[in-house]
Amino acid sequence: MSDTDTEATVPAPVPKTTVSITVDGKPHEANPGQLVIDACEDAGVFVPRFCHHPRMAPVGMCRQCLVEVQGPRGPMMVVSCMTVVSADQAVLTDTPTVKKAQEGVLEFLLANHPLDCPVCDKGGECPLQDQAFSHGPGESRYVEAKRNYEKPIPISDLVFLDRERCILCDRCTRFAKEVAGDPLIHFTSRGNDTQVQTFPGDPFSSYFSGNTVQICPVGALTAKPYRFKARPWDLDQTRSTCTTCAVGCQTVVQSSRDELLRYQGHDDDDVNWGWLCDKGRFGFESPNSDQRLTDPLVVAHGSLSTTTWNAALDAATKLIKKAIADGGPTKLAVIGGARLANEDATAWARLAKRVIGTPHVDAQLGDGLPVELLGLPRASITEACSASTLVLLGPDLKEELPVLYLRIRDAAEKRTIRLIEISPTQTGLSKYAYTSIRSAPGEQAGAVRQLLIDEAEQLAKGQVVVVAGRSNLAESPTFTMDALATLQAGVTGLKVLPALRRGNIVGAIQAGLTPGDGGRDTAGILRDAAAGHIGCLVLLGADPLSDFPDYELARQGLAGAGSIIAIDTFLTSSSAMATVVLPAAGYGERAGSTTNIEGRVLPLTQKVNPKGVSRPDWMIARDLSDRLGGDLGIESLDDAHDLYMALVAALAPSSMPLSNSSSLPPTRGGYDLRLVVGHNLYDEGVALRTSPSLSELSRGAHARLHPIDAGRLGAINGTRVRITARSGRTLTIPVFADDAVPQGLVAVAANQRDQISDLIDIHAVTNDVKVDLA
Amino acid sequence: MSMSQYLVPGLVPTGPKIVTSRFEQADGYTYDGYVRSGGYVALRKAVSSMTPEQVHGEVKTSAMQGRGGAGFPAGTKWGFLPPTVFPRYLVINGDESEPGTYKDRMLMELDPHQLIEGIVIACFAFNANHAFLYVRGEMAFAQERLAQAVNDAYANGLVGKHVCGTDFSCDITLTWGAGAYIVGEETALIESLEGNRGMPRLKPPFFPASKGLYMQPTIVNNVETLSNLPWIINQGGQAFHDEGAPTSTGMRMFAVSGHLNTPGVFEVPNGTTTFRMLIEAPEYCGGVRHGRKVKAFIPGGASAMWFYEEHLDLPLDKPTVDKAGSMLGSGAIVVMDETTDMVKACWRIVRFFARESCGKCTPCREGTTWLERILKRIIDGHGRQDDLDLLLDVSDNISPGLAWPPRQTTICPLGPSAVSPIASAVMRFRPEFEHYIQHGRPIDGVEWHGASLHV
Repeated sequence: MSDTDTEATVPAPVPKTTVSITVDGKPHEANPGQLVIDACEDAGVFVPRFCHHPRMAPVGMCRQCLVEVQGPRGPMMVVSCMTVVSADQAVLTDTPTVKKAQEGVLEFLLANHPLDCPVCDKGGECPLQDQAFSHGPGESRYVEAKRNYEKPIPISDLVFLDRERCILCDRCTRFAKEVAGDPLIHFTSRGNDTQVQTFPGDPFSSYFSGNTVQICPVGALTAKPYRFKARPWDLDQTRSTCTTCAVGCQTVVQSSRDELLRYQGHDDDDVNWGWLCDKGRFGFESPNSDQRLTDPLVVAHGSLSTTTWNAALDAATKLIKKAIADGGPTKLAVIGGARLANEDATAWARLAKRVIGTPHVDAQLGDGLPVELLGLPRASITEACSASTLVLLGPDLKEELPVLYLRIRDAAEKRTIRLIEISPTQTGLSKYAYTSIRSAPGEQAGAVRQLLIDEAEQLAKGQVVVVAGRSNLAESPTFTMDALATLQAGVTGLKVLPALRRGNIVGAIQAGLTPGDGGRDTAGILRDAAAGHIGCLVLLGADPLSDFPDYELARQGLAGAGSIIAIDTFLTSSSAMATVVLPAAGYGERAGSTTNIEGRVLPLTQKVNPKGVSRPDWMIARDLSDRLGGDLGIESLDDAHDLYMALVAALAPSSMPLSNSSSLPPTRGGYDLRLVVGHNLYDEGVALRTSPSLSELSRGAHARLHPIDAGRLGAINGTRVRITARSGRTLTIPVFADDAVPQGLVAVAANQRDQISDLIDIHAVTNDVKVDLA
Repeated sequence: MSMSQYLVPGLVPTGPKIVTSRFEQADGYTYDGYVRSGGYVALRKAVSSMTPEQVHGEVKTSAMQGRGGAGFPAGTKWGFLPPTVFPRYLVINGDESEPGTYKDRMLMELDPHQLIEGIVIACFAFNANHAFLYVRGEMAFAQERLAQAVNDAYANGLVGKHVCGTDFSCDITLTWGAGAYIVGEETALIESLEGNRGMPRLKPPFFPASKGLYMQPTIVNNVETLSNLPWIINQGGQAFHDEGAPTSTGMRMFAVSGHLNTPGVFEVPNGTTTFRMLIEAPEYCGGVRHGRKVKAFIPGGASAMWFYEEHLDLPLDKPTVDKAGSMLGSGAIVVMDETTDMVKACWRIVRFFARESCGKCTPCREGTTWLERILKRIIDGHGRQDDLDLLLDVSDNISPGLAWPPRQTTICPLGPSAVSPIASAVMRFRPEFEHYIQHGRPIDGVEWHGASLHV
């Protein structure tokens, strides 16, 4: 005690954590290791730049950011984007030498840049244009002919490249290589003929190509969905969150004349670092689609026809009341809800469970994992990307949660984490993994047990995070949960990052759109409906015919339900079977919040008016509640938000270990190939189908087999094969040999034009099939 | 008509043939021929009876300046390797492509084993176990001979595992370039070796000695530099230091070309021989063709500032030439006689740099092409009154102040290299440019259709 006292009397000098520099004579405290260009910006001095991007390695190519730094032999000219601050550095950004150099570089950049700003999409938000005004010489002395190239050439289905406008800053090419890991564009030729190009016959078909358009400092890269749609000064914008998948990328939503026109990534340290996937970025076409539901529909004379809200709500109320009258509230069931905002989901959960009183509610369409997953100690994305070991026990993140893939890829490539992957087939992350383990469906738990032995030393080293999700729709989720339980039992302090993919699935679950006491999940509800036990089935933005893994069960369920009420933005094949269809406001048309896989509650902002007379889902719930004579306790969006936040606040991570059913996969018995069904980023989901630029990108269902299996069949790439399930149902699709698929498995993507869900039996623990030439 | 001071043979300083000793030996390039003429003795001596520190010490004592262009002392350069970081690499820059330079090619074609011996000695001196020999793409003959020589050296246990039966092992990987001048710049060469486009890296932070090939410490040495090592080990660093001038030690190869009677490559005492001796002595170039006067000459490759008549008596000494405002560079001397069209000569060199610019950084990519176009339009008779000011100002935006040694707004010195001929020619021969701009043709007395050796 006395020791500490004496020490306390002498105040220890606070270790200096900043670096003192001067910027144009003014003192500034910079962060150690910071680049001069960033330190200057912090000090309020903007240094012009083109190639510098805070999320990519500096290259010092454009030379626009030249400044002088006082050196031992007088001022030295350096590029501020590659110079790290050092103690007592004197940075000069406005000397005549610097000014001349910067103006010189800008004149060089403009020498070959066409002056087509009036017809350029970038005009008005163009760094070259802006900095030509702020740091340029005013006039060019270049009178020779400029470089001439064919005006925009498509480098992918979504992106056009105008090489005349390109200033060769290396941003897009660096992005493709460093960030996306798809080095499909590169410089070709040299000197003044240098140009960005794709490799012959190999388009820039990256899932992240849209980001290059956003970071292009000129109008060289333009995106097909936005080209010539608007001028920047006509755009009005607001911050929001992308709900295409559950990563929760931060976006800027831009519109003009009440029409969504563009989404841009917003740089957010926690989630997406400014990046978006193309599905999210160009998904703005879907809310604008003229296929949108604009009016309530009710069946009259055998077909759905337009009606008023009053008539539709009355009809829906009547259906609900009839179902309750026929057999009590449990005759009613609700499927879906991942499209909804947190507030909508809260309202609907209260309507179903409190006002109506049915436990048969499920937001997951048989493609997720049991909700206990969300009760485990949760890791944030940043924690996952700074753990000492990250175990992947789920789907191909590149296909299902693309921006999470970017974050994990970055961490694995920079060796800040060790990636251990357990998956049935190789994924986008396999080549970055420290260990990549192939485990056939049903054998995950065994793989984890082996991992606990083989990598015991690594797993004992610091924090372990597991990314857990559903890698295969054609197997029971029990296997993944058993593997998770095994891992949890073998690793202390395990944290989980759920890899559930549907937009706001976490919010929907936390709001209560989950089976209540004695309630059934989606598969159970559909089975009951098929048996005639469901009087009224509510489809809350759900399309079981497309999305539920077992098509036959979905079909029987929808056919067997007494009546169907659909709340949706589009008339899907499922909602077309409804008696009453209520149009919901789409993305960008309603405010609220969404919850991402980390549990982060993120804002959703209304930017445009809802299409037609469509309304936010929570309002529909409240009106139905009123008509049913119940009290929802929600009068405004804020009420719903407060209720949701109260639910979230009450959540506590479970300290209970997961139960382990120790299930074993059955033998294959003649059906020698085990089915693996995952998602491709581009599928036949309604948002993609209704986005013209994206709808052509899905490849259609195709089977992938190990080359040896394919060879044994006598199939070459593209040969059509017939896949036969135990049920006797068949699907004929093309086959491709792919060594990413281990022998004995057949991989097929879900929800493509030919539905593999035709073959899946949701109640089978694994789905084994026969494949022969068609 | 100038009267040469060196008409009679024997008036110029002489010294031992250090690297060119086998140029006259018909089978000097073969393993047998090399060993017969004293080859691989130095290597055996180094690896079996000397420590790496002793070898390094001899090279330091020799004070040999690097022969690639920058002239940095090789022994000092090796000392920049961080002492504890392994693996480390030796990269041999055989991408000799400076216009007028062809000495390394001779060394690789006529005495490949000498280079290999030097490589292994250098690797031994700084504990590198892997050397990468990067040879210019166009030098097919040199590649062929080097490949044979490396195979023979491996077969005889002089390269590879357990060099000469000792614990020291050293591999040599041969790589051929694809024909880009810029790859002669050491960081661009490293990029090319790694399989990327040959584009330079920015120094700092990418100084090869700390972050070089595969981000490991790397020494990049020139072919001629390493070819000197066997002699230095055999005769001692002091013996090397005793040759030439104290500020530029040893013997050095110069490739002399242009309007001369007998141009060629000569190994001369470094620092004591003068430009005039090299140009006029019958042992060397034997004077300017037709007895004409020297109008200008490039002392160290196309990147260097030009020298004129008044510089002829300067010794080939690095500090002296640096002080006079140019450089010895890679040892390429190009002589232009009084009938040379200086505007056209300037354009020819600028065109070379414009075509060889890698395209990475803006001032070089856009600036060199722009300079070339301005010069071209002057030559084509479309020059404008303010073109000379424009030329100099665009040059200034690539190389601020047109100072020597050049300051640069670019990543590497290629951009400023294109400025040297302009700065030289416009300053010295401004009336020739003005005449072109006014009359659309050169001044009287110069070769209108360019120069060929025999007019």
